[in-house]
Amino acid sequence: MPLNSWGQLPSQPAVDEPWLNDRTSALPDVQGSLLAYGNGRSYGDVCLNSGATLLHTRGLDRFISFDEVSGILRCEAGVLLSEILETFVPRGWFLPVTPGTRFVTVGGAIACDVHSKNHHGAGTFGCHVRCFELLRSDGSRRICSPFENANWFAATVGGLGLTGLMTWVEIGLKRIPGTGISAENTRFAGLDEFFALNAEAEAKHEYTVAWIDCLAAKPRGIFMAGDHAAQGDFSAMPKKALNFPLTPPLSLINGYSSRAFNQVYYKRPLPAKQVIHFAPFFYPLDGVLHWNRLYGRRGFFQYQFVLPMAAMAALDDILRSIATSGQGSFLAVLKTFGSMPSPGMLSFPMPGVTLALDFPNRGAPTLTLFDRLDAIVSASGGRLYAAKDARMDGDFFRRSYPRLNEFVPFIDPKFSSNFARRVLT
Amino acid sequence: MQKVLIIGATSAIAEATARLWAARGATLFLVGRRPERLEVIASDLRVRGAVSVSCFTMDACNIAAHTAMIEAVDASMGELDIALIAHGSLPDQKACESSVELTLNEMNTNGLSVIALLTQLGNRFAAQGKGSLAVISSVAGDRGRQSNYVYGAAKGMVSLFLQGLRNRLAKLGVQVLTIKPGFVDTPMTVAFKKGALWAKPEVIAQGIVWAIDKKRDVVYLPGFWWLIMTIIRHIPERVFKKLSL
Repeated sequence: MPLNSWGQLPSQPAVDEPWLNDRTSALPDVQGSLLAYGNGRSYGDVCLNSGATLLHTRGLDRFISFDEVSGILRCEAGVLLSEILETFVPRGWFLPVTPGTRFVTVGGAIACDVHSKNHHGAGTFGCHVRCFELLRSDGSRRICSPFENANWFAATVGGLGLTGLMTWVEIGLKRIPGTGISAENTRFAGLDEFFALNAEAEAKHEYTVAWIDCLAAKPRGIFMAGDHAAQGDFSAMPKKALNFPLTPPLSLINGYSSRAFNQVYYKRPLPAKQVIHFAPFFYPLDGVLHWNRLYGRRGFFQYQFVLPMAAMAALDDILRSIATSGQGSFLAVLKTFGSMPSPGMLSFPMPGVTLALDFPNRGAPTLTLFDRLDAIVSASGGRLYAAKDARMDGDFFRRSYPRLNEFVPFIDPKFSSNFARRVLT
Repeated sequence: MQKVLIIGATSAIAEATARLWAARGATLFLVGRRPERLEVIASDLRVRGAVSVSCFTMDACNIAAHTAMIEAVDASMGELDIALIAHGSLPDQKACESSVELTLNEMNTNGLSVIALLTQLGNRFAAQGKGSLAVISSVAGDRGRQSNYVYGAAKGMVSLFLQGLRNRLAKLGVQVLTIKPGFVDTPMTVAFKKGALWAKPEVIAQGIVWAIDKKRDVVYLPGFWWLIMTIIRHIPERVFKKLSL
């Protein structure tokens, strides 16, 4: 079965897929270009390299050292965040920043400079990376940190795997008092209410995020705030996930099912305050493995953009465009980014508001909607998240990532990806 | 706290199994050919919770080195709770058919070296009167097939030897476990196309730890291989010889 990205959009396979199991060994000598492939959780084409080589990095899954006092962990780059949690949560440590799935490699988390519900206080994942080793196709190895080879560090964090291969990385874990999250849920109607709730919650809570129903005539949603709680036995780890075993020929997610889901989700009885395990709080979708198969053989797109604070008004336009298109998504996540600078030249987060939406691939109508949304995001000075993207126009990417020219000289001449070929040339 | 000896510790199944024991806070003694790989694995196991990890460089085919290895285990850990023998290679059957030397080498790696180790370790466990001696054999040892009978014959020899050893040591309170994995997705099998019958080393590792905890005698991993091999073993030879398995 050819490797795919999480969106399962049809693509041409790689011609070769060797494994790397030893961090000291050289990169394979290949015809054409090379790209590291971790656990395939990015949505679009940043992890694909059609007609060339994908280098599997899940074989680099060893821990190297851990300091029980400071929480500094050094491990190989193919270790999954879930494996870090399994080993260190029972000892009272947690990831400083965690994306919405724990099934990503630590190398992938750095290459996409992922963010979490605590961005307003903690910044991106890259803010907690102390150093890593970067192996280039010329055989050179560099230790990169904010202080040593700092330009290589800034190029590689958020660098989408184009600057070479990270073999090992060092990150700082944080102490938690228990496995519980004290979570508060509040229903809101309209964006003004969201922004009011959000301003209040960000001052008080470590984690904030909102789910919104963008199919409703007036945007409505549920605002969620959370903090680590002293409750929760450290040995209690998430139960084995269910598996969605096959890909149906057609998407099970469409206008009808999304509307029905949103109605039930919004109206469900909602405890105002409760302590829940961290897994359903951070990783609600990890409970069903391969949930992406729900979207059928044509796959799906995720569209995630950020708008600068000054352009909030555009959010209304975007939501209206989606609602009128009738192609809404049942998973829409709204979050504000704080002012902590992202460490990477191509990091996605900037101070502002970000919205992530899933759309079944319906071909031309879906792409037309995206073009319309792009125009609004672009005119507002916003940008799209490369880790989610499969179709943005190269011009838009180059205009919206102002440090791109600074980044390009750091690209390894042997490394490439479908994304890079699509937007850089 | 379990004290565990692993021979062939850099193999994918052995490494995955060692991780489970490390998480329980075991003391581990790793034996393998490549010292730098052993050190990488040892560091990982320490972070995962192993109380201590020692490494010993040895080629299991060098039978003269076995005694020194067992003495080093003695000096390092004293009595053993578990010994897992996991080293092996997957021969190129076609190449073996035209080379006596290659065939005998493979027999040595997958069969005789294991029997040499079992002879010494068996006596050691007999003297202890407790503990678990676990060996990775293979479903391939259950019946000779044209596609890999050199490997199959070596593993079959190991399985039969273990059966006798179990018969002898059971009375002394020692568990002898024959582990028969089916197709496992490891660097040893990287050249094969993978299908529904293939299992990850982590799955095999869980089965090994479970079978040792439960004091089992023979375990097929994953369990469905018991059914497959029962059927394969019962096909009459006059039919079987015409199949291309």
